[in-house]
Amino acid sequence: MTAQPIPAAPDLDLLPSDVETDLRRSVRAVLAKTCPTEALVALADGTDEVSGPAWSALAHDLGLAALLVPEEHGGAGAGPREAAVVAEECGRACAPVPFLTSAVLATSLLVRLGAAEPLARLGEGTTAALVVPAGTGSAGAWARRAGVEVSGGRLVGEVRGVVGLPADLLLVPVDGPDGAALHLVPADADGVTVSTHTSLDATRSVSDVRLDLEAGTPLATGDQVTAALDHALATAAGVLAAEQAGLAAWCLEQTVAHLSERRQFGRVVGGFQALKHRLADLYAEVGQASAVAAHAAAALAGETDVPVSVAVAQAFCSEVAVHAAEEAVQLHGGLGMTWESPVHLRLKRAKADHVLLGSPDAHRDNLARLVDLPAPTPEAG
Amino acid sequence: MSEQHRSDLEQRVTALLEAHDPATTGRAEFLRARWDAGLAWVHFPEGLGGLGLPRDLQAHVDDLLAAAGAPDNAPERNGIGLGMAAPTILAHGTPEQHERFLRPLWLGEEIWCQLFSEPGAGSDLAAVATRAVRDEPSDEWVVNGQKVWTSSAHLADFAILVARTDPDVPKHGGLSYFLLGMREPGVEVRPLRQLTGEAEFNEVFLTDVRVPDAQRLGAVGEGWRIANTTLNSERVSIGGQAVPREAGMVGKVAAAWRAAPERRTHGAHRRLLDLWVQAEAARITGSRVRQQLAVGAPGPEGSATKLVFARLAQELSALEVELLEEDGLRYDDWTLTRPEKVDFTGRDAGYRYLRAKGNSIEGGTSEILRNIIAERVLGLPGEPRVDKDVAWKDLPR
Ligand SMILES: Cc1cc2nc3c(=O)[nH]c(=O)nc-3n(C[C@H](O)[C@H](O)[C@H](O)COP(=O)(O)OP(=O)(O)OC[C@H]3O[C@@H](n4cnc5c(N)ncnc54)[C@H](O)[C@@H]3O)c2cc1C
Repeated sequence: MTAQPIPAAPDLDLLPSDVETDLRRSVRAVLAKTCPTEALVALADGTDEVSGPAWSALAHDLGLAALLVPEEHGGAGAGPREAAVVAEECGRACAPVPFLTSAVLATSLLVRLGAAEPLARLGEGTTAALVVPAGTGSAGAWARRAGVEVSGGRLVGEVRGVVGLPADLLLVPVDGPDGAALHLVPADADGVTVSTHTSLDATRSVSDVRLDLEAGTPLATGDQVTAALDHALATAAGVLAAEQAGLAAWCLEQTVAHLSERRQFGRVVGGFQALKHRLADLYAEVGQASAVAAHAAAALAGETDVPVSVAVAQAFCSEVAVHAAEEAVQLHGGLGMTWESPVHLRLKRAKADHVLLGSPDAHRDNLARLVDLPAPTPEAG
Repeated sequence: MSEQHRSDLEQRVTALLEAHDPATTGRAEFLRARWDAGLAWVHFPEGLGGLGLPRDLQAHVDDLLAAAGAPDNAPERNGIGLGMAAPTILAHGTPEQHERFLRPLWLGEEIWCQLFSEPGAGSDLAAVATRAVRDEPSDEWVVNGQKVWTSSAHLADFAILVARTDPDVPKHGGLSYFLLGMREPGVEVRPLRQLTGEAEFNEVFLTDVRVPDAQRLGAVGEGWRIANTTLNSERVSIGGQAVPREAGMVGKVAAAWRAAPERRTHGAHRRLLDLWVQAEAARITGSRVRQQLAVGAPGPEGSATKLVFARLAQELSALEVELLEEDGLRYDDWTLTRPEKVDFTGRDAGYRYLRAKGNSIEGGTSEILRNIIAERVLGLPGEPRVDKDVAWKDLPR
């Protein structure tokens, strides 16, 4: 048996284009205005004065709901690189918007299936959510936990831990004896019950979805659905890495700023070498996260090396985001533990992002197959 | 030593239970009788609820009494009183102060909080700015200032307070230690909410609060030395209890692992086993620290106990959230509550993860503990100090 060569690394452009730099600037300005800390903190108390205006500014003013919608369906026809720029800013700002879940994940799925009509609606700001449990990183992972079936012409089942709701449209993958199928269901249809839980990350809600309604004709069936799911989940996972890199960069900057001001023992606390070294290490990590996320976006855009690039990006950036947020809390001292501080919002988001599209462990397991580093065989007996 | 002590203690416990059958004796009456029998805290002196015995024998007494269905003094409601104020008052108080404060403290009739940290003095506790000025005619001190992150201030009757009595000398020398009545005029407690949603700690504003000189602990200017007794007691009290294998956070994670075979991954398995071994090492080290304390020779492992405890609590609770997959994205409740007690392993996985972040900040941050180990235990040179020989009032702020 000859060993499979491991996939060679492509040579990708990792620097932002002028267009991407402009895009970043406008998204950052809009989110700075629409996502003040007090409003984000209030989300956990059930007061939402932020997600509507923030999404409206992104979706309508900047047209970002249509970012990945092809031009022939009325969209901007941009790709994963641009999406990654927007996500990075959403991560920095901890924006409570369905950009990742609707404008990236759901949209990519519909694009791959060539669903003209729903895409046109999404481009105009209609939101959609893929009804799979959080933690689903591939079609294979979904099939192992699929909770919905078609039985007697009805769509029946329950899916726990769905992110991206409320949304107008539900994309429901179903695994049946004849293979996979994708059903489109309006969220307000009879027979759809969405129960939203209190979530660890109040900027992104978690819901259980129960379905019991007429199935109708699926949008697509068979291997086409599985392939489209793999494509959309990989795209979203790559773009999520950018969100995580953005969040980590914010944590580093905020912590450096705080420790440059804070004085204890008659000294600026950031001048203690123990802390300088930690921040220098974190700087190295954050820089890597940004590069790795840019690499995943470029791989997705060029449709080259996607599986390895995305698995690396998720395995790496998930950990960096959590580490950066944990360092930020610790190095703010008592302040980092307070409700009014913007720091804990990032901690909660980073921790939730960590499992959102497959844990780093799951992505490392995936990588083990991709780069021929198999797990040890369990010993007999 | 301990065979004799143990059988002696067992006899005393039996005698207490015979004279005051828990089934027919009221809670308050039983606790008072327990105090009088010296079985409250056996390592305290006779007459002050103890018998002057080694500290580790207390657990045996507690077990015997619990097995007999006796009420306890609800120690979880007065952690700062029992773990920090009491040993400090015992070590530095006058006989009158012992008499006045220790009994109601142990009985849980008076709850205590710790007024140490301030907005400008956290890690650098010796920099506190809260002023205590002597009012000679009344023999009282007048206290003004602001404290912050004060756990349980909303429940407390008394506080241990570090305040500046002399701004004209370098910071460590100008501090004094007081026992301040939290119900006195001029004490204002405002809830401070934390990242878990609850308000366990508070801001405390002190405006012309009067403290009798009889409630000064130790000499004027000795506040720093006494505060260190408090802080050392706090750090020791964390490793102070004998715990069974898989107690605390590691037990929560192990249970989550056993409950969901379908969620297991190789990576999580490795981390779980690694942390399980580390938790076991911490448990064993804790036992040895306790044995050393009992024979009066605290070893350097003791200073590391809190450092390790905090790191393990954080890594274990982080793993638990991950093991729960989509359920880990949930949180039980963000409602602003005012908890009566702190339970690090209570509520759900998300709560445990968030609350554990405080473990490396409260009671001295992990960075400060590392400095203490490096400088006071390992004897490495200290950081250059710019504030050692400067009068407190002239320090840059
Ligand atoms: C849950 C909770 C409960 C608390 N309860 C109480 C209470 O009941 N009573 C009370 O008085 N206080 C309480 N505190 C306060 C706690 O003691 C302080 O928060 C802590 O001492 C740190 O002070 P700070 O918040 O001002 O942080 P800072 O001192 O500003 O520290 C900021 C960061 O810098 C680091 N740092 C500071 N100096 C150095 C140095 N020399 N070398 C390396 N790193 C350094 C710190 O470790 C920290 O990471 C509580 C805190 C928490 C989180």
